[in-house]
Amino acid sequence: MYVAVKGGERAIANAHKLLAHERRGDESVPELTVPQIEGQLALAVARVMAEGSLYDRELAALAIKQAWGDLIEAIFLVRAYRTTLPRFGASEPLDTARMEIRRRISATFKDLPGGQILGPTFDYTHRLLEEPAAPLPPEQAPRETDREPTPRVTDILAGEALIEPSPEADPSDRPGDITRDPLTFPASRDVRLQNLSRADEGFLLALGYSTQRGYGRNHPFAGEIRLGEVEVEFFAEELGFAVPLGAITVTECQTVNQFKGSDTEPPQFTRGYGLAFGHSERKAMSMALVDRALRAGELGEEARAPAQDEEFVLSHSDNVQATGFVEHLKLPHYVDFQSELGLLRQIRASFEGGADASKDGAE
Amino acid sequence: MASSGSTQIIDAEIETRRAAMATFAAANAAELRGALESMGSIDAVEIRKPETGLVMIRGRIGGDGAPFNVGEATVTRCAVRIASGETGFSYLLGRDQEKARLAALCDALWQSRDRRAQIETLLIAPVRERLAKARDEARAKTDATRVDFFTLVRGED
Repeated sequence: MYVAVKGGERAIANAHKLLAHERRGDESVPELTVPQIEGQLALAVARVMAEGSLYDRELAALAIKQAWGDLIEAIFLVRAYRTTLPRFGASEPLDTARMEIRRRISATFKDLPGGQILGPTFDYTHRLLEEPAAPLPPEQAPRETDREPTPRVTDILAGEALIEPSPEADPSDRPGDITRDPLTFPASRDVRLQNLSRADEGFLLALGYSTQRGYGRNHPFAGEIRLGEVEVEFFAEELGFAVPLGAITVTECQTVNQFKGSDTEPPQFTRGYGLAFGHSERKAMSMALVDRALRAGELGEEARAPAQDEEFVLSHSDNVQATGFVEHLKLPHYVDFQSELGLLRQIRASFEGGADASKDGAE
Repeated sequence: MASSGSTQIIDAEIETRRAAMATFAAANAAELRGALESMGSIDAVEIRKPETGLVMIRGRIGGDGAPFNVGEATVTRCAVRIASGETGFSYLLGRDQEKARLAALCDALWQSRDRRAQIETLLIAPVRERLAKARDEARAKTDATRVDFFTLVRGED
């Protein structure tokens, strides 16, 4: 328990002034601008949007600047901001099959319809640091290609019934919303996916990795990863039709996992799904691994690993909640500590009293 | 039969309006402002001031299954009525309230019999042309990273 303490106002005000100056750094160096962060630190911006659970590049960039580059602090700022705005409603579900694709790869099919497109990627780089002022390489020669439709890899396998279908929508059921209703267990898959989509990337990465190392193994293939822009539509009551709002960038990952059958159903591949705001590939992949791990119960697998324990995963995935509870330890706990100190002194006194007594007895 | 025919006409009208609204959303504020300024003075009243809020973005499990909530996006909306009586609406991603007002005005003018052609020529056509060009350029750059697999043949024959 912590208590309100008075007397620190001047120190706090001065600490915030000091922070503002230290954050600015050497004033002979030009100050970063929000458009620079938005354009040149775009993956940090994507992470803040995904985990802040708010799609707005400019706000995410501003939050990164204000947070001195601390992304969890930036996520916290974005989450706080969203609570000040009214909600107009929910969008029509995104159609990722109609994505304007900027990257699309599959580790399961070499020649998939629509092709494999590397896009802007760190893959296959040598991870060698470059000279700070290295010039831009010449632009690659553009290539005119007729774009074919790009069906999801899971749709290709579904054609042969080799893969389980996606769970069907129940029109009478609105998807759960953890920003409105507290998380309860067991959680349905829609609720789990909302939680995972805004979950800490590092936490999901570690859990996904743990499944690969044998803690809840689920034999994944990266069926498909796609990055690009999708149109968002919103059904406006006053208009009576879905209004196009513009496009957002998302990353989607479909894992194809080892099969499952039963006495009545022939074996089929199973699936994990990841979808995150922005260019967030590691996040989407980790999310798909953990989504699949959390389906252990539903698929009749023994659930003993941390990544398969939904209460463990979903209760510890949110880095704003986690940082709040860990960092609150910094706040004054003087009364708590005084009572523990008093208790310890008492125990030690009785221990020493007992020791003295037994010593007396021995003599 | 007649009723289904008129429904189709209404649907086609809504689809054209949706496409126009998509163009207003994709245009930048300067393009909207430029087109409106070249149309002379327009009498309009705001019936809903520009307002910024949130829309919860939904995805589908597996890409095509039951919906789930991914996260929110900032959205700004506005509604205006022009002197000839049409009401224009806008809902745009982001927080640009001036752009939302301009887009609502464009939607109102697009619905007006006398003004639609102007909006089509001065705004929709040039913006679509710019967007198509930008899309083609981006695709050509992206398609330079397309993988052309070839299989290494093994064996002596």
